[in-house]
Amino acid sequence: MYAAIVFLPLAGAIIAGLFGRLIGDRASQLVTCGAMALAAALGIVLFVDVALGGANRTVDLSNWISSGSFEVAWALRFDTLSAVMVSMVALVSACIHVYSIGYMSHDPSIPRFMSYLSLFTFSMLMLVTSDNFVQLFFGWEGVGLCSYLLIGFWYDRPSANAAAIKAFVVNRIGDFSFALGIFFVFKLYDAVGFDTVFAATPEKVNIYDHFLGYDVHALTAVCILLFIGAMGKSAQIGLHTWLPDAMEGPTPVSALIHAATMVTAGVFMVCRLSPMFEFAPDALAVVTVVGATTAIFAATIGLVQPDIKRVIAYSTCSQLGYMFFAAGVSAYGAAMFHLITHAFFKALLFLGSGSVIHAMSGEQDMFKMGGLGRHIKITYVVMWIGSLALGGVPPFAGFWSKDTMLDAALLSGSSVGLYAYWLGVAAAILTAFYSWRLLFLTFHGKPRADHHTMEHVHESPPVMMVPLYILSVGAIVAGGLGFHYFVGEGHTEFWRDSLFVLPEHDVLSKMGGEWPDFIGLPTIVAVIGIVAAYVAYIRLPDLPSRFAATFRTLYLFLLNKWYFDEIYDAVFVRPALFIGRGLWRTGDGAIIDGLGPDGIATTARNLARWVSARQTGYVYHYAFAMLIGVVVIMSWYLYRRIG
Amino acid sequence: MMIGLGHYLTVAAILFTLGIFGIFLNRRNVIIILMSIELILLAVNLNFVAFSTFLHDMVGQLFAMFVLTVAAAEAAIGLAILVVYFRNRGTIAVEDINQMKG
Repeated sequence: MYAAIVFLPLAGAIIAGLFGRLIGDRASQLVTCGAMALAAALGIVLFVDVALGGANRTVDLSNWISSGSFEVAWALRFDTLSAVMVSMVALVSACIHVYSIGYMSHDPSIPRFMSYLSLFTFSMLMLVTSDNFVQLFFGWEGVGLCSYLLIGFWYDRPSANAAAIKAFVVNRIGDFSFALGIFFVFKLYDAVGFDTVFAATPEKVNIYDHFLGYDVHALTAVCILLFIGAMGKSAQIGLHTWLPDAMEGPTPVSALIHAATMVTAGVFMVCRLSPMFEFAPDALAVVTVVGATTAIFAATIGLVQPDIKRVIAYSTCSQLGYMFFAAGVSAYGAAMFHLITHAFFKALLFLGSGSVIHAMSGEQDMFKMGGLGRHIKITYVVMWIGSLALGGVPPFAGFWSKDTMLDAALLSGSSVGLYAYWLGVAAAILTAFYSWRLLFLTFHGKPRADHHTMEHVHESPPVMMVPLYILSVGAIVAGGLGFHYFVGEGHTEFWRDSLFVLPEHDVLSKMGGEWPDFIGLPTIVAVIGIVAAYVAYIRLPDLPSRFAATFRTLYLFLLNKWYFDEIYDAVFVRPALFIGRGLWRTGDGAIIDGLGPDGIATTARNLARWVSARQTGYVYHYAFAMLIGVVVIMSWYLYRRIG
Repeated sequence: MMIGLGHYLTVAAILFTLGIFGIFLNRRNVIIILMSIELILLAVNLNFVAFSTFLHDMVGQLFAMFVLTVAAAEAAIGLAILVVYFRNRGTIAVEDINQMKG
């Protein structure tokens, strides 16, 4: 029965995708939403049964590859970790499916959109339920493909195509490393099944591989290679550039990518492979440092972006950084906890911003909004809920998970843990600041939009609002309800063997599972951020622009996203284009074509032209040719006879 | 002076050369080409008959009769084509007959 959760979205995708024209828009929406709703309901049953009830199971589907000692099976692994992911993905995705009915109602290709959404969900479900590395890779590539299709959904926009290609290419870099990691796993273990690999890991701790004159700790190398894959998928610093550009896709897609599918895959993968990462402390340190750096880095960029969706996109990047450093200090439970709460409030924020954009007739620049709070009250309220959760204000969901992650980083006692803690606290201030900057710019103050747009501002239809209510509930209660199970006293019993932590790394148990203080440092910094945003955007509205003018270099540095795109453009894109053009023009064009097909064709054509020029059409020329021919043949004949 | 084989062959060669030049140097009229061909055939006939007498072999003279027949038929067909060609194109000047080119 649980296999149905994974395959219902696929069935919906196939029906809507292949027969969408036949059955029409409405039926496509019904089929995909119905399949997703059923999957979400089953997902909740699965959560209760497997995560709370402890009934782990593996559903074997079939053999996939069987070649020598290389055995890969299609199997769905349902343990607490995947049950948590499956139920969250199915639920959030179902909300987004329903929301899309309203949001995409004016689009000409609804069946295609719904089909892609379902296919995306299927890939992600396949990823989280995978039982071996190869199946994980299948899901991994599946979400990569679907993200490409959906980011480039409006394929008549050049910017959407560019963003889609960018997302695909940047992900390829991570995926390349991920594939190398899988190869390395097979070399090291001679198996790719999770159970076999995890069971054998403690024996592999002392294996060193000789590589380029260095002795490399094999397990660390594997984990770092796999983590680079996670960096690509989860948009960590260096491979993050695709995420903000992915905003070119329709807003439900952004919500799906940022909340349920795609970017959470990296965090999930690190948690799933915790039995390997635990034995590679250096790899964990790398995870922590990258996560913490991304958390602060993305938050600083979020401060100055004018586009409402980009602010939320950078906040996703930053929050993923939190999750990674939590995983890096071995608080996998906390990372997963934040992943779940984040999924709710980030989907809420995205769908809410979609509602805002819908109301503003497609405007995304916050500096052209303002004063919307009075016109779209429900959206205003849900955006507040989402921001409170994101900012980490108690008792909203984000507070519980963020506080736990920061505590875990502090308690881990390592220097990278402390680094992560202080950067995390700083990023928390920035998070609160840019979240409320978004709220104040969008909903408060005087309207900056023109009269015509403001007249047109309206609340979205119920089909878009109901998913927002569901997600709001999640964003409010998910933290308080989940705390006990994910990171609190019940966490060992809840996760059981799906997460593995060495006793000396076990920060969550060290924390004792007490409820976090409502008035702790994370809360205080969140309030500081909110007050700062209030002062800057309500009390003294000219302060930000004066600040930007004073620190112009810093402002431009942040506005241009630390110049990552420019640097990549200069270092990778341009040289690659240059080499490519060179190979194309001289290598392919001049040499291969010039000497090959084109050269032969040209020679034949010239020869034919020369011959046809000899055919004048004058009878006496032909007669002359015949005569010459006769003379030549006769001469030859006589020469042979005599000579 | 005894008229021998050499004389006959010389006349035939002169006739043949005249025929060839008639074809190549003629730029005006197709009928002249036809006449030149007749001249060439005549030269060949002369060779046949001369050798036939010289070698005392009747086959050469027999063959000459064949050539005459073919020449007559060819002249008839050639002139008929010319008439049709003139009707269609209004000219039989050699300069204008250049349709057969690539």
